[in-house]
Amino acid sequence: MRRAMFAALSGALFGAGLFVSGMTDTKKVQGWLDVFGDWDPTLAFVMGGAMIPMALAWIVARGRRPVLGGDFPAPPRPEVGRDLIIGSSLFGAGWGLAGLCPGPAVASLGYGGWGHWLFFAAMVAGMWAAVPLMIRLRAPA
Amino acid sequence: MLETDWIWGFVGGLMIGTAGALYLLVNGRIMGASGILGGLVDGSGMRTWAERLAFLLGCALMPLPLIPIYREVDTHVTTNIAVLIAAGLMVGIGTRLANGCTSGHGVCGMSRLSMRGIVSTVFYILAGGLTVVVFRHMLGVI
Repeated sequence: MRRAMFAALSGALFGAGLFVSGMTDTKKVQGWLDVFGDWDPTLAFVMGGAMIPMALAWIVARGRRPVLGGDFPAPPRPEVGRDLIIGSSLFGAGWGLAGLCPGPAVASLGYGGWGHWLFFAAMVAGMWAAVPLMIRLRAPA
Repeated sequence: MLETDWIWGFVGGLMIGTAGALYLLVNGRIMGASGILGGLVDGSGMRTWAERLAFLLGCALMPLPLIPIYREVDTHVTTNIAVLIAAGLMVGIGTRLANGCTSGHGVCGMSRLSMRGIVSTVFYILAGGLTVVVFRHMLGVI
């Protein structure tokens, strides 16, 4: 129960931050990606701002345990595989196409209108299809 | 861009980072939107469903009371149905394959200098930039 409470608090802060920063506005996101057009630097400030508390948190986490028990995530894995490259590229192309990534897609559901719900539904379908798709791709022919 | 946009961007960024710090230090988890949602969608995260659902509900609901005090709510999202569906599918499949998105690989990964987070971020930004160039400036679709 306490875990869910703090998760809701963190989610609320995340959603509010995405809204306030303008990152649920697809024009600003696509404007940042559009280096050959009317470039909008906002996203760089958002990323920079987000890194500061997060980097501090990783430092604070060293040698401690999470407040609600359990363990911190394992150290980052070093290997960069095919899945990471292909997946990130596919994600980036979709991100550029609509100007939405998963966080803002959730945060904008309440006010973005039908287009955001359609994107969200397609994204959920993609997530659902991803695991069987990966298994099939890896199966020997 | 309005002159105040970068200030709002930075303030919002600090809030996003604080949310990630809270989720890490209190709950002991990485705040990755695609992972939190994806684990519910494919069933891999059912053991922690309450935590995931609570995070997503907080994220979706919190902007609503802020709307009246904010300057603009128009998200300028495309009305092209094919683009929305294709983009959604690509984001859904891609983030699961890469095991992360802008929040997980970008904010949480890069801030601990994770090689996977950095490489992922480079590739999704390159792919996003290329897509905007092709579909906006060459094809005029978006």
